Amino acid sequence: MLMNKLTLGLLVLFCSSVSLAAIDVYQFDDPEKEKRFQELAYELRCPKCQNQNIADSNAEIAKDLRTKIQQMLVADKTNPEIIDYMVERYGDFVLYEPRVKPQTYLLWYGPALFLLLGLAIILWVIRGRRQSKESTAGNGVVLTTTEAKQLDALLNTKKGKQS
Amino acid sequence: MPRLLLFIPLVLFIILAGFLWKGLSIDPRELPSALLNKPFPEFSLAALQQPERILTKQDFMGQPVLVNVWATWCPSCRQEHAQLLTIAQTNSIPVIGLNYKDDRSAAMVWLQQLGNPYQFNIFDEAGMLGLDLGVYGAPETYLLDAQGIIRYRHVGVITEQVWQDLQNMIKGWGSVNE
Repeated sequence: MLMNKLTLGLLVLFCSSVSLAAIDVYQFDDPEKEKRFQELAYELRCPKCQNQNIADSNAEIAKDLRTKIQQMLVADKTNPEIIDYMVERYGDFVLYEPRVKPQTYLLWYGPALFLLLGLAIILWVIRGRRQSKESTAGNGVVLTTTEAKQLDALLNTKKGKQS
Repeated sequence: MPRLLLFIPLVLFIILAGFLWKGLSIDPRELPSALLNKPFPEFSLAALQQPERILTKQDFMGQPVLVNVWATWCPSCRQEHAQLLTIAQTNSIPVIGLNYKDDRSAAMVWLQQLGNPYQFNIFDEAGMLGLDLGVYGAPETYLLDAQGIIRYRHVGVITEQVWQDLQNMIKGWGSVNE
């Protein structure tokens, strides 16, 4: 019984070490390249599992792309070269950070545009209020005699109810 | 005038609702191919059934062809196989197979059992032609024109409807050439 538990425990231990090894198969002679590999794998999006980057994804295609990045790093390719290679094949979709170009201007500059628009609206509203205040202060509100009587009557009824 | 301004939120809401409504009917998995209207990548790979025969792009250029990416590990490929056989029987367009990241013997058994709609099969065991082509899963089907330019990419099962659309596209070219 004890032996069984022991073997089970060892088995569990062994299995977990195997699954860890699967993540770490990319060997680099240069620690700088390994760091770049991590960066690239985190900023490229997996075309198959669309909400994962290729570092996280277990899809076959993500594995292939990781292998390709490793090969290209070993062949001394620069980061922009590797990213261009991916975009050529899988389109802008693989980029988690979209490039700045006419199609993405609205995406990049839209928020600033909306901010300016909001500021403009606020200024416009404030100005309008100030103007309307000034105009009422200048003219005053003059009640006609009938209106004044109506107002008195209303105020009186309210007083009467309260007392 | 201020009265009309009160409708601005409603108008904004309608615009937003329009976009969201459109979003419901878009399939996010259907990515346009980055190689659309670009030449099919160069390659040099063995044929599936004759390992000694080396295939290149020149083997299918000169006429419009369908290149179908398939593998035995792909259940949807089994699903579309009957439609591929139908297409092959019409003799209207050659179907080229790209056997993607597969096992050679398993693929041969598959073709024997289910029938072979392909003129020949490119055996891409490592998936590197697939990578150049921007394949991210099987099945995918590419429509190439006579110059070997990729004109259309379909991701997923080829259905009767997809085949109709493909035929219309090819007919469209015919009228342009005449």
